[in-house]
Amino acid sequence: MVATVLPLTLEEVTLHRNGRCILGPVSLEIPGGGITVVMGPNGSGKTSLLRAMHGLERINAGQVRWSGETERVRASQAFVFQSPILMRRTVVDCIAYPLRLSGMGRGAARTLAAQKGAEVGLADSLNQPAHVLSGGERQKMALARALIRDPQVLFLDEPCANLDGRATLDIETILTEARNAGTTLIMSTHDIGQARRLADRVVFLHDGKLVEEARGASFFAAPKSAEAAAYLRGDLLT
Amino acid sequence: MNDIAQGLWQALILVVSLDADLVEITVLSLRVSLTATLIASAIGLPLGAWLAVNRFPLRRGVIATLNALMGLPPVVVGLIVYVLFSRSGPFGVLGLLFTPTAMIIAQVIIITPIIASITHQTIRELWSEYRDLLISLHTTRRQRIAALLWDGRRALMTASLAGFGRAIGEVGAIMIVGGNIDHATRVLTTAIALETGKGAFDMALGLGFVLIALAIAVNLALHMVSNTERGARW
Amino acid sequence: MRLRTLALVLLAACAAPAASAETVMRMAVTTSFANSGLAEALLPRFREETGITVQLLIVGSGQALTMGAAGDVDVILSHDPQAEAAWLAEGYGTERREIMYNDFVIVGPRDDPADVAGASTASQAIVRIAEAGALFVSRGDESGTHVAERRLWHAAGIEPSGAWYRAIGQGMGAALNTAAAMEAYTLSDRGTWLAFENRRGLALLFSGDPALFNQYALLPVNPERHPHVRAEAVARLAEWLTSQTAQTLIDGFHRDGVQLFHFNAHVAQ
Repeated sequence: MVATVLPLTLEEVTLHRNGRCILGPVSLEIPGGGITVVMGPNGSGKTSLLRAMHGLERINAGQVRWSGETERVRASQAFVFQSPILMRRTVVDCIAYPLRLSGMGRGAARTLAAQKGAEVGLADSLNQPAHVLSGGERQKMALARALIRDPQVLFLDEPCANLDGRATLDIETILTEARNAGTTLIMSTHDIGQARRLADRVVFLHDGKLVEEARGASFFAAPKSAEAAAYLRGDLLT
Repeated sequence: MNDIAQGLWQALILVVSLDADLVEITVLSLRVSLTATLIASAIGLPLGAWLAVNRFPLRRGVIATLNALMGLPPVVVGLIVYVLFSRSGPFGVLGLLFTPTAMIIAQVIIITPIIASITHQTIRELWSEYRDLLISLHTTRRQRIAALLWDGRRALMTASLAGFGRAIGEVGAIMIVGGNIDHATRVLTTAIALETGKGAFDMALGLGFVLIALAIAVNLALHMVSNTERGARW
Repeated sequence: MRLRTLALVLLAACAAPAASAETVMRMAVTTSFANSGLAEALLPRFREETGITVQLLIVGSGQALTMGAAGDVDVILSHDPQAEAAWLAEGYGTERREIMYNDFVIVGPRDDPADVAGASTASQAIVRIAEAGALFVSRGDESGTHVAERRLWHAAGIEPSGAWYRAIGQGMGAALNTAAAMEAYTLSDRGTWLAFENRRGLALLFSGDPALFNQYALLPVNPERHPHVRAEAVARLAEWLTSQTAQTLIDGFHRDGVQLFHFNAHVAQ
């Protein structure tokens, strides 16, 4: 078993954009395993938080700490974006790309990519250009690409936004399987139903601040903060 | 109109009879301009991509300069290369003046900014699309440039072809550094200038049509190759 | 894979054909020598006899002398005695060998508004052009022809300027093309004129005055200044151009039944 890069610890992480504070200061710790769902209304800082954790955003203050040296930490993570980034390649080549980056030969990488693609249900589209895929298929491709290097931590930013029920169910199945295989998932969603179905832990944000952090079951049964309670009721938070 | 008809007729005669001189200058035209395009692409494509993915002081200045250099007057380039490679110049000992090599050098200088500039434009758009993914995947600078160049290859072929077009049709610089020497440095454009000087307009036009046909043929050949390589729609 | 085939074809096209082992030398010559076709009559024969290929750089006499001074050519054939003398005095060359002469002619619109054809001397002819204010195209490029033209104006006591005097800064062919298009007068060497194909309304109006005499000379570049010049090949060429073979070829070179050049070198015995 590879040494774990978790837990992930955030200390007073703060993010500014155009002179405005859009996140933080946030302090929290995410232990290994399970699915952590970042919830909160639009503009509450969910995406910024995920990007800051993954290192896509330069933070203005505070610290993001993993255990282990930087190289290994970076190689143990993957990120799935809300709108999948398609490379101008065939599906199998898109999925194989991270392996190629790690120096694997083209043949071996494509073989593994084809397997992974088949696992997520893209067996019939492997040799098509990625951009002919439907919305759900694109996100499956992005998932396969994210999972191909067996990351310890998988970030997902609203992975099922704009997807229909069928595609959402497929994706949730893949995510559950990944969790069961030991991957730590950190995802954002504004879909309360999805959060209920998947969350082992919940991190609730409002206005860039961490409002509540709880186990999934207890959060949905009895949220401690007024904001979370209102949000779960369906009230608009201002 | 009559001149043009005569030119077309002359071009037909030249091509059908596979005129030995025509074949020679056509092959030299292709050799010089294709070599220059290959070298300029080898410099301009990575340079344009590098400029698109890197932030550094003076970056805007470098890009503005590059764009301005696209309009570099060939005659000036020719003159500078001439002075540099003249026997009395700093590189005179190489004895390259009035050789195809000197013509290639001049054309590389003329078309590299074009290729680099178009590449920069293309890659910048692709980079804004790929940026998050490539950073997330923890790519090295070299890997980023490689991925962007590979995935942008269709658009980048246009950059190279634009460079080739400028090179094959260029006369000012290669006339000066090549000298238009028969059987040595005479290419289609300088031959056209020569025939015009002799008042032989039909021959000049004939060569002109051969030149246009050649440019079209090279473009078509590359597009055919790139289309059959894989599904034609990116 | 097709891509590879194409790449191979491209590479084959780009690969330089190996330079042959034969001796190659470079000679800067005036447009008249090349455009008249005389070069084609002489040089292949020279190559046959000696195995030496002469590469021609066709430029004006002024540029030819500059090229020689820089050492970019091995030898010069020009027709500008004064500039040649100055060039030799600077030590750029080893000698000046007269080879042949031809003459300049005044060409212009066939209806001849300045009545150049009726003039008795070249000087009178150009005075008529200036007085009529008829369009005149000047080479304006420091070539031998341009220098000869200026000498004519100077001798006639005229400083040509004004809208009628168009200096184009280009070669003989371009000057003739321009004159044909503008229905202007111009001074041309006889060889280029006879070989010129785009005459339109132009006609030869005046020739034969000794003032229009045009001497061609061979000027080897000084190997002491430029050790890389092929002095030996140049010596062979100088010897050959002053031989009886060359005399026969030059005097025998006709265009439209007219002898274009007159051999006047001192024949080596």
